[in-house]
Amino acid sequence: MVVGRVAIPFVPPRLVRRHGWTIGVYALLLASLIFTVAIHPTYGAFDIKSLALGALPLALAAAAQTVVVLSGGIDLTVGPLMAVTNVLAARAMLHSNFRDALLIAVLVLILGCAAGAFNGSIVVFSRVPDIVVTLAMSFVWGGVALLILEKPGGGAPLDFQNLAQEATLSPWVPNALVLLIVVVAAVWMPLRGSRLGLALYAIGSDRTAAHASGVNVPLVRILAYTLSGVFAAIGGLALTMTTGIGSPLSGSFYTLSGVATIVLGGVSLAGGKGGMLGPMAAAFILTLIPADLIFLGIDPNYGQVIQGIVIVLVVMVGGLAALRRKPA
Amino acid sequence: MTVRRYFQEHPIVVLSLLLLLLVGVLEAIRPGAVTPNWFRTTVLFAAPLGILAAGQTLVMLTGGIDLSVANVATAAAYIMASNARHGDLQAVLLGLAVGVAVGLVNGLGIAVFQAQPLIMTLGMALVVTGGLTVYSQFAVTSVPSVPGFIHTLGAGTVLGFVPVSLLLWAPIAVIIVVGLRRTGFGRLLYAIGDNAAACRLAGVRVWQVRLVNYTLCGLLSAIAGLVLAGTINTADLGLANTFLLPTVAAVVIGGTSIFSGSGNYSGTIIGAMILTVLNSVLTLLDAPEPIKQILYGAIILLLATAYTRVLSDT
Repeated sequence: MVVGRVAIPFVPPRLVRRHGWTIGVYALLLASLIFTVAIHPTYGAFDIKSLALGALPLALAAAAQTVVVLSGGIDLTVGPLMAVTNVLAARAMLHSNFRDALLIAVLVLILGCAAGAFNGSIVVFSRVPDIVVTLAMSFVWGGVALLILEKPGGGAPLDFQNLAQEATLSPWVPNALVLLIVVVAAVWMPLRGSRLGLALYAIGSDRTAAHASGVNVPLVRILAYTLSGVFAAIGGLALTMTTGIGSPLSGSFYTLSGVATIVLGGVSLAGGKGGMLGPMAAAFILTLIPADLIFLGIDPNYGQVIQGIVIVLVVMVGGLAALRRKPA
Repeated sequence: MTVRRYFQEHPIVVLSLLLLLLVGVLEAIRPGAVTPNWFRTTVLFAAPLGILAAGQTLVMLTGGIDLSVANVATAAAYIMASNARHGDLQAVLLGLAVGVAVGLVNGLGIAVFQAQPLIMTLGMALVVTGGLTVYSQFAVTSVPSVPGFIHTLGAGTVLGFVPVSLLLWAPIAVIIVVGLRRTGFGRLLYAIGDNAAACRLAGVRVWQVRLVNYTLCGLLSAIAGLVLAGTINTADLGLANTFLLPTVAAVVIGGTSIFSGSGNYSGTIIGAMILTVLNSVLTLLDAPEPIKQILYGAIILLLATAYTRVLSDT
């Protein structure tokens, strides 16, 4: 028996197959950085720092959204929760020293944790769709933020602000970037490998199957919202660091931008698919676009249009790719 | 259990009772507040929300959502007002064209390219708002003005207390309510919301239905934008921006499920009325803005929870 030569189809390595989208996002980030340097030759350490400062709150908002979306839900309270923690921190930290500010930051984190757990509990126990619960809760948290601080104000010690605003390690490595890496590495990395991380992905991809395999679905859902609250609180603290004040409306931008960021970062809104690294790069890309437009001398108002077009194209391409893989 | 069964089969009755209860609360807080004139203003403010929520109902019936309705309404009103000097008809047609165009793109992305409705319409919302800002800076030379007949449409009254906008809203409502029940297109919306895969296997061209549905939603949003511009008698770049979340709330309170193809526009109408009356109750309470927001969110949540509990089978 002669076995004829069979054309072996090219199979990309496992790493590329599993993380193709993430690698693509980083390639896109690299390409847009190269493009930026090309159109703006003096792009340097200072610009890198302002890029990181701009991307930090968005990246944290995206992290908060990612956790919930991976578990098969959606959280429309991310922005308002960021605003609540932002104004709370700025109000409490006014005229305080660095040590007190750190203590306040820890308390604010605990509060974010509690707020997230509260959101999650309502989602689970009311049995109302998550999008509706978090939509209603976004009014509530928005009101709470206004109660704490009626108009922009408050403050934070300079040392605390410098946790994000300086570049301690090297002028090219802004603290904001280090902070983001530390947060993701400390909160997400250990979790992802744990049983809870596995359960999170499991309930996101098939809730019934997860339940049948012994996952406590309601508990994991509540924990997902809790973790989202923690990331949102870190995002609020980041807003306090980067702006130096608290503003009750500071979060309004971040709920939906966070959703856009994670989709660009390869997280499926259907749940259970995606990771944390893609959205982080996507936050930098979406922050870089308006900056590039200014360098190009284009009216920054086009920024929103281009961001919108990027999102629309990305979801269309993503949808088409999914369609080719799995003909309906 | 028969009472419960009755409510399960006629959710509209529960909602109407709730609406009456809220009106009762209003009358209790400020005796003499409920008059024909009160009715007029309530309908005036409910009409734009109701028409905007009509489009939202249609897309949510199929398991989708449209986050661009408020931006489309704003864009339609602004473009209508800034072209008013070219003639009323042209201005209105241009405004409506914006809605149809955005709806069509939404529909293309969702129906043909299989994009998630949430993110597709969010992206288009950004495009519309950004595009409108650019348009207002570079293309608009004169101050936008709302034509007189649009102002009459949005704020006028006939027979003493019947708002003119009701004369537009009522036919739209009848067409949608009856259309959903009696036409093939209406039934297909329910079928797709229930099980799109089964529809496809049964030979339904699901993508065509979705495309038309999102386009209709865009058109309805544009109409709502024109009515709202008439009610307020100005058209600025933030005209309808606060209306997005209330449209979703009105649909949900009205009993349309996001997960399965059930619900109807009649529920949404009551939902829009409930939200409008709730707003005037909160205004009458004279509470500070933050408290009003918190109460607004909490009451929507309570209503949705109660509703889910009453209607769930277990």
